[in-house]
Amino acid sequence: MNEYENAIEISGVTKRYEGFTLDNVSFNVPKGSIMGFIGQNGAGKTTTIRSLLNITNIDEGEIRLLGLEHVKDEFEIKKRLAVVFDELPFHDVFNAADMARIFEGLYPEWDNAAYSAYLERFKLPPKKKIGQYSKGMKMKLQIACALSHNAELLVMDEATTGLDPVVRDEILHIFMEYLQNGERSILMSSHITGDLEKIADSVTFIDKGKILLTGYKDVILETHGILKCGKDELGNIDKADIVSVRLNEFGAEVMLSDRESARYKYGGAVIDTASLDDIMLYYVHKGEMGWS
Amino acid sequence: MNINISNTNSDPIYLQIADQIKALILEGKLKEGEMLPSMRNLALELRISFMTTKRAYEELERSGFIESYTGKGSFVKAQNLELLREEQLKAVEALLAEAGDRARKIGLTVDELHELLDLVNGGE
Repeated sequence: MNEYENAIEISGVTKRYEGFTLDNVSFNVPKGSIMGFIGQNGAGKTTTIRSLLNITNIDEGEIRLLGLEHVKDEFEIKKRLAVVFDELPFHDVFNAADMARIFEGLYPEWDNAAYSAYLERFKLPPKKKIGQYSKGMKMKLQIACALSHNAELLVMDEATTGLDPVVRDEILHIFMEYLQNGERSILMSSHITGDLEKIADSVTFIDKGKILLTGYKDVILETHGILKCGKDELGNIDKADIVSVRLNEFGAEVMLSDRESARYKYGGAVIDTASLDDIMLYYVHKGEMGWS
Repeated sequence: MNINISNTNSDPIYLQIADQIKALILEGKLKEGEMLPSMRNLALELRISFMTTKRAYEELERSGFIESYTGKGSFVKAQNLELLREEQLKAVEALLAEAGDRARKIGLTVDELHELLDLVNGGE
C-alpha cells in the first residue's frame, strides 16, 4: 500500500478573514487512526477542513494529505479521499440509485456492491427521492457514498451532529470497521466530545482559530486532572502546573496538566480525572486564574 | 475470552485490558501459543480507540506475556507459571506485612487482624 506516516499534515496554516483568523494551525493525523477535531461552532473547524480540501486558499502554511501536496496534487488526492459535510450536497430530485451512477463516473474505485450493502444496512430506499429523506437518512446516504470508493482518508465535518444516539452509535461502529485494515484514516470534526471520547485515537482542540491542544486521547485523559481546593489554598499550587482555575462561591477547581506529579506534589488534595469536555473548557480559558 | 472495561475504574482502559488478559493467562484460560484477537478487532468490539488496545498489547509484550509478529498477530508466550505465582505471592506478603505494621501502630492484636481479614474478604 501507500507509504506515508501521516494521512494529514497541517503546519502553520493561516487564513485571515475580516473578524476571524485561522491562526498558525498545525496538527497531524497518523495513518490508520481517527482524530477528533473538537471546537465550538465558529472556532475554525470548517475553515480548517475547507483549507485542506483546497476549497479555501490559505494565506500561509503547508498541508500534505496522503503524503501529497494539497494544491499541486489535488486531483490525485481527491480520488483517494471522501468528504462528508453536515448538509447534504446532493440535489433533492435525485435518488440513491442516481447517486451511484454519478459517483461511478467520478471515482475509479467506486464499488457498487459495497454501496448497495450500505444502503441495505442503513435501510435507505434506493428509488425514493432524496428530498423525501429524513435528516438522518440524508446523512447516512452521504456516508454510504463516502465509504463506497475505497477512500484512504475520510474527512467529516459535523457528520454525526444532530443524529439520534442509536444512529450515531451505528455510524461510529461502521467507521471503526472501515479502519480495520490499518490503511485508512479519519478526521472527524464535532462540537460533541461524547462520540469521540470513545473511539478517537487522537484529538485536537480548536478555539477562536487557534489550536489549544493536540495529541493522543488516552495520554491527554491520563495526564490531566481537576484539583479541588479552597480559594485560600490556590497560592500553594505552582502556576506552571495550572491550565486554568474555575472559581465558585465555595471553592476552586484547578485543571492540572500533569496529574501524576501533582499527586506527589500536592499530596492529600482531591484530584479528579477530567473528561474531554472538561479539558476543552479549561483550555478555552487557558491562563485565567479565576473564571466562573 | 471475556474482557470487561469500566469507565468508573480509575485504572486507564489499556491497563484494565492488559490486566484482564494477564489474569486469563495466569488462570490457564488462555494457553501458550494461543492467538489473541487482533488489536483492531478488539478495539472494534469494545468500541474503544485502536491506540488503547495497541498500548494494552505493548504492555503485555513488555511484561513478557505475549509476542507479536507483524502481519501474523499476537500470541500467548510460554510462561513460567511457577515463577509468576511466586511473584504474586511476594506481592501479597508485602501488602499483608504493611497491614500488620499499621495494625500494630493502633494496637490491634493478631487475632483481631485475622478477623478483619475475614471480614473484608466477605467472611470466607
